[in-house]
Amino acid sequence: MPEARASAAPDDIDRRIINALQGDFPLVDEPYRAVAGSLGLDEAELLRRIDAMLERRVLTRFGPMFQIERAGGAFVLAAMKVPEHEFEGVAAKVNAFPEVAHNYRRDHSLNMWFVLATATPQGITEAVTAIESATGLAVLPFPKEREYFVEMKLHA
Amino acid sequence: MPDAAHLDALDRRLIVATQAGLPRVSRPYDAIGAELGIPGGEVIARLQRMLDTGVIRRIGAVPNHYAIGYTANGMSVWDVADECIDELGARVGVLDFVTHCYRRPRRPPDWPYNLFAMVHSGSRDEVANRVAEIAALLGDACRRHDILYSTAILKKTGLRIAG
Repeated sequence: MPEARASAAPDDIDRRIINALQGDFPLVDEPYRAVAGSLGLDEAELLRRIDAMLERRVLTRFGPMFQIERAGGAFVLAAMKVPEHEFEGVAAKVNAFPEVAHNYRRDHSLNMWFVLATATPQGITEAVTAIESATGLAVLPFPKEREYFVEMKLHA
Repeated sequence: MPDAAHLDALDRRLIVATQAGLPRVSRPYDAIGAELGIPGGEVIARLQRMLDTGVIRRIGAVPNHYAIGYTANGMSVWDVADECIDELGARVGVLDFVTHCYRRPRRPPDWPYNLFAMVHSGSRDEVANRVAEIAALLGDACRRHDILYSTAILKKTGLRIAG
């Protein structure tokens, strides 16, 4: 592995921190101190490492994961069939919408898959229409009809 | 079912204040409270209530899959007979390598699949092996399937609602 990659990769302590933080972060006055204690670290070291992992994008975020539907909002997966030669330009247009929370390129004729998150269900319809008119391409929404099981189960 | 979570204006301000992340300071709930003009204990009580009603799924870290070694991410998609999808979907969803599992509408003729199961692993070969396990579990109830590998993260910001 090249050295630049190695220095950015999480070390053993980082990995223990990631695994410990996938569960429920304590709702107490000094939660970092509580987590640090359970890992045998001091609080300052834990805070420094969380900051460093966010900075290096080993962590994409740290905080509450909201289930927006329960707050009256909506969260919908959608896909587009983007011609290869237009891909970059379309990605920039789609990503410019604040309603687009994640966007992945995938190897299929439906090659762009993104998640729309809006404060109301009507917001989804509006965002789909706005993205279609900005890109000139059809957007296929795939609303979830049923959720079987969703939990962070990845181990670092 | 907690269909209506009854969020008041302060809950919504708390969501806006924390959706980008928790402050990395010794007393993060006091820091958020100071911003909103309420005591830290009130922040804790409101976050706890949102956890209880499912408005918050969990409080924690979201790792970048690539950075922790899950370099292959396959969205496996399945065309499963309607009469058994709920029973089988539940069995796929609990597999430890499946991180998300949903029933979604088919979009004929382009898209015949109604079950989506996200599989994360260290390589495409491993993803393919795990997808084969799902295929065995679904058996004859599944008419066809595909795996869509992600080849680039174009954007990942999490949700943002307007303040």
